[in-house]
Amino acid sequence: MIASRDKAPEREDIEALLPWHAAGTLSRRDAERVERALAQDAELARRFELVREEMAETIHLNETLGAPSPRAAQRLFAAIDAEGARTKRRTVSFDFSGWLAGLIAQLSPRTLAWSGVAAALAIVLQAGLLAGLLLGKRGASYRTASYGEPTASAQGAFALVRFNPAASAADITSFFDTHKASLVEGPRAGGIYRIRVAANTLSKDELAKIVAQMAEDRNVVAFIVPAP
Amino acid sequence: MQATSDEALISRIATGDRLAMQALYARHHVRVYRFVVRLVGNTTVAEDLISEVFLDVWRQAGTFEARSAASTWLLAIARFKALSAMRRKPEEELDEKMAGAIEDPADDPETTVQKKNKSEILRKCLTALSKDHREIIDLVYYHEKSVEEVAGIVGIPEATVKTRMFYARKKLSELLKAAGVDRGWP
Repeated sequence: MIASRDKAPEREDIEALLPWHAAGTLSRRDAERVERALAQDAELARRFELVREEMAETIHLNETLGAPSPRAAQRLFAAIDAEGARTKRRTVSFDFSGWLAGLIAQLSPRTLAWSGVAAALAIVLQAGLLAGLLLGKRGASYRTASYGEPTASAQGAFALVRFNPAASAADITSFFDTHKASLVEGPRAGGIYRIRVAANTLSKDELAKIVAQMAEDRNVVAFIVPAP
Repeated sequence: MQATSDEALISRIATGDRLAMQALYARHHVRVYRFVVRLVGNTTVAEDLISEVFLDVWRQAGTFEARSAASTWLLAIARFKALSAMRRKPEEELDEKMAGAIEDPADDPETTVQKKNKSEILRKCLTALSKDHREIIDLVYYHEKSVEEVAGIVGIPEATVKTRMFYARKKLSELLKAAGVDRGWP
C-alpha cells in the first residue's frame, strides 16, 4: 500500500512528460524513464496513445493553415531596403566627418587654435539649440544646455551620457520622450551630458536598471553611466 | 551537403547580409506564420506581424547569443508581437475561416458524432481551446519545443509549463466528451 502511494507521484510526473515524449523532445534520461513506465503500466500506455492522437491532429490542423502570401515578404524586404538606404546615408555622413578631420589635421597650429575656439562655440550653440528643442514646451526661447535651474537639478536620479554622433536631434528628442528623461547639464568635456532619468531619488539597482535600458538604444547612446 | 545553420545565417544577417535574411525567412516564415495565426486568429494580421517579426530579426541579429535555437527566438519574438497586436485590437474580429471552425461543443453532440469522424472533431476541439491552451499545445506538438524552450518562449517556470499542458489536454478531453467522444481520460 505504501509502495503504491509512493508510486503515484512518480506516475503523475511521468504522465506529465508524455506530450514531450511523443514529440521526441525529452532528454535521453527522461525518455528512458518514460519508456520503462510505459512498458510496465498498461493504463499509462493507453493514455500515451491519446497523446499521440492529439499530436497527429495538432500537426494536421497546423498544416492546413497554409502559408503567408508574397505580400508579407515584399513588405519585409521593402522595409529592409529602406533601412539599408538610411544606413548608407549615415555612412556618407561618417565619411564626411573623416574628411573634415583630415582637413583639420593639415592646418597650422595657429589656425587650429582658432578652429578650436570656433568648434567650442559651435558646440555651445548646438547644445543651446538642443536645450531649446527639449525645453520648448516649457516656453524656453533660447538658452544653453548648461543653463540650470538649481532647485530642480538637485532632485531626482541622474546619468551621464554621450550621444552617438550619428544620432539626429529628432532621435535624441524621441529618446528623451521614450525614457521620460530630461537634459540637466552639458556638454561637459568629451561631449558628456548630465540627464535626469527619474524625478525621484532611486536606489542604486533601480538606477542601474534604467541606465542599462537606455544603453540598449545604441542608435542614440554611445556611452552612459549612472551619475551621483 | 549540409545546409547553413540558422546561427550562421543570423551571424551573416548581423553584418547586413540580405541574402542570409532571405534564406532564414524561407526556412522559418511558414511555421512562424502558423504560430501567429493560431494566436491572433486572423490571417491578414498574421501576415503583417511576421513581416515585423523578421524585421526585428534583421535589426537585432547582432544581439542573438545562440543560447536558444533560432526557431525558439523567432517564436518568442512572434509571440510578443502577437500579444501586443491583440492588446491594441482586442475587438479584432476572428478570421472567417477560423470562426467557422469553432462551434459550440455542447450543440447537438450526437449529430456531430454522426456527421464527422473522431479526427475532425478532435481538430475542431483543438481550435476551440483558449489562447493559452492552444499556444502550449502547438508549441509542444507542432513546433516540437522542449519544456525548457516553452518556458523561455512563454515566460513561465518549467513546472508551470507541465501543469498548463496537463490542463490544456484535460480541457481538450472535456470538449471532446461534450462533443460525444469519451476518451476515458482524465
